[in-house]
Amino acid sequence: MARNIVEFRNLKTYFYTEEGVVKAVNDVSFSIREGETVCVVGESGCGKSVTALSLMRLIQSPPGKIVGGEIIFDGRDILKLSDAEMRRIRGNEIGMIFQEPMTSLNPVLTIGDQLMEPLMLHKHMTKKEAWNKAIELIKQVGIPRAEQIMTSYPHELSGGMRQRIMIAMAISCDPKLLIADEPTTALDVTIQAQILDLLRRLKEEKKMALMLITHDLGIVAEMADYVVVMYAGKVIEEAPVRELFKNPKHPYTRGLLKAKPVIGRRQERLYTIPGQVPNPIDLGDFCYFSDRCEYTMDVCRKKMPPFVADENGHKVACWLYEGEWKK
Amino acid sequence: MERPTPTLDYRRKNKKRGGTSLWQDAFRRFIKNKYAILGLVILTFMILFAFIGPYFSPHQDVPDVTKANQPPSKEHWLGTDNLGRDVLLRLMLAGRISLTVGIAATLILLLIGVSLGAISGYYGGWVDVIIMRIADIIYAMPGLPILIVMGAIMSDLKIPPAHRIYYVMFILGIISWVGVARLVRSQILSLKEQEFMLATEVLGLRDSKKIIKHLFPNVLPTVIVAGTLGVASSIISESALSFLGLGVVPPTPSWGYMLSAANNMIDFAKRPWLWIPPGVAIMLTVLAINFVGDALRDAFDPRQKI
Repeated sequence: MARNIVEFRNLKTYFYTEEGVVKAVNDVSFSIREGETVCVVGESGCGKSVTALSLMRLIQSPPGKIVGGEIIFDGRDILKLSDAEMRRIRGNEIGMIFQEPMTSLNPVLTIGDQLMEPLMLHKHMTKKEAWNKAIELIKQVGIPRAEQIMTSYPHELSGGMRQRIMIAMAISCDPKLLIADEPTTALDVTIQAQILDLLRRLKEEKKMALMLITHDLGIVAEMADYVVVMYAGKVIEEAPVRELFKNPKHPYTRGLLKAKPVIGRRQERLYTIPGQVPNPIDLGDFCYFSDRCEYTMDVCRKKMPPFVADENGHKVACWLYEGEWKK
Repeated sequence: MERPTPTLDYRRKNKKRGGTSLWQDAFRRFIKNKYAILGLVILTFMILFAFIGPYFSPHQDVPDVTKANQPPSKEHWLGTDNLGRDVLLRLMLAGRISLTVGIAATLILLLIGVSLGAISGYYGGWVDVIIMRIADIIYAMPGLPILIVMGAIMSDLKIPPAHRIYYVMFILGIISWVGVARLVRSQILSLKEQEFMLATEVLGLRDSKKIIKHLFPNVLPTVIVAGTLGVASSIISESALSFLGLGVVPPTPSWGYMLSAANNMIDFAKRPWLWIPPGVAIMLTVLAINFVGDALRDAFDPRQKI
């Protein structure tokens, strides 16, 4: 069994706002193994991105703060490293790409300048070595005319090309883990497919682990080895991808899967989960999904369900299965 | 129908210079501006006039009382002053001082303004508070009285006339960095929230590198514009200072000093060749610099395509 490259242990990241404490990431634990693709799924504001930013230690403080837990990356607790050590990890051992390729590149520097920067910084390459490596990287991410691209400015490139450049930058130092925070949300569907293919291919070639943050279940089905479902700052279900799609347990996950359009079936309206995501400020100690859940029981509104695994390693936090598991 | 062949040739030509960058766009817009070209021509003329001109003058900048107060003639194109010195030559020599002071004072104010503004905007918090409060204090003090006080102090300390000019540059720089600092700070404040700055963070770059390599090029257009306009205001301040007898000290000429030397009823009424040339020189130079500055501001505004 491959060893864990990242392990989140009871991570708590809170934001202290004027209205109260927002528990954006509330006691999250999961792990990513070497070479594995883990998809973190959930709707907007459920804490997916904050989890990733906590791993990079890029939570803006104030108002944000990592108040508890551990993030073990490659045997080290990220939260205890010095800033200088952290800088050596960022871009070198963990790469990250963002949702918005249009704004993620500096508009006044050439692509070449920006691509060569991490190489010269982390791999101590000379300008010439970095130049050659950068050209190789551009070819690797499937953009032709690499030499020309090197001297181009970001606004001369299309969205898809820019996202490829971002990927090239993120993988330039051969990181052990690549975090992709909704990498295809801003792109059209055909480019999406190309970018996902590219990510999968690079992951195989470089033997990286991939932490893919998305709200698109189609992407999850296509890319993931393992899925983590988050809701209101908590992990509510996690399982290998086949198991999750075949046998979703938590009512929220079931709702998500039901809300997906199916090709060939005509529907007037798509299914939606009734109700709203709860206001994240000062939530009490109960199942946060209980307001919207069709199976709500008394216990759901009183106590937080424990996060337990069944015999297949399928973990879920829901009182429905708690009883079953006890029997 | 014959259609022009695709733009391959154009692309190749373009690529040699590395794509159409912000700078090339700006340059293209700049040279289309008639006022900018006019300003540039005047400015070039003034610089040549001041720095090369004196070598072509047949006269020496020494007093010769026998020729005092002559009106313009073939020998002295702009006449002579009360000590018999050639006004045209004086005007050129004064241009050297005025232009040098303008440019040097601007460099000093940019150096202070940009670095403090960048630090203040980037780090925020108490660093920002301290720098900005100092800026507020300097901003709240009226410039001219400070200059007068400084001038008086310099006279009191008996600073040699040859060195005075450096102090003038320095003082002008010190009291006028505030505007640039605020400008840069506000730009950095919005730039550092951009996603590409988060991207540099993710790459593990150090703060100094982030500021110098990633933020600075983004504020450079603003700085250039502020700088050009700063040259104009420095020249005017120096003129005012010299006019009040607090800037450069005779016999060193500057345009402002030449004006002040003609500050009496007789000169004003009877000898216009003493005060019209330096006045026109100041006006032309400042006007030209303002034209160029305005054109630069327009040229660097990306919303104005082509």
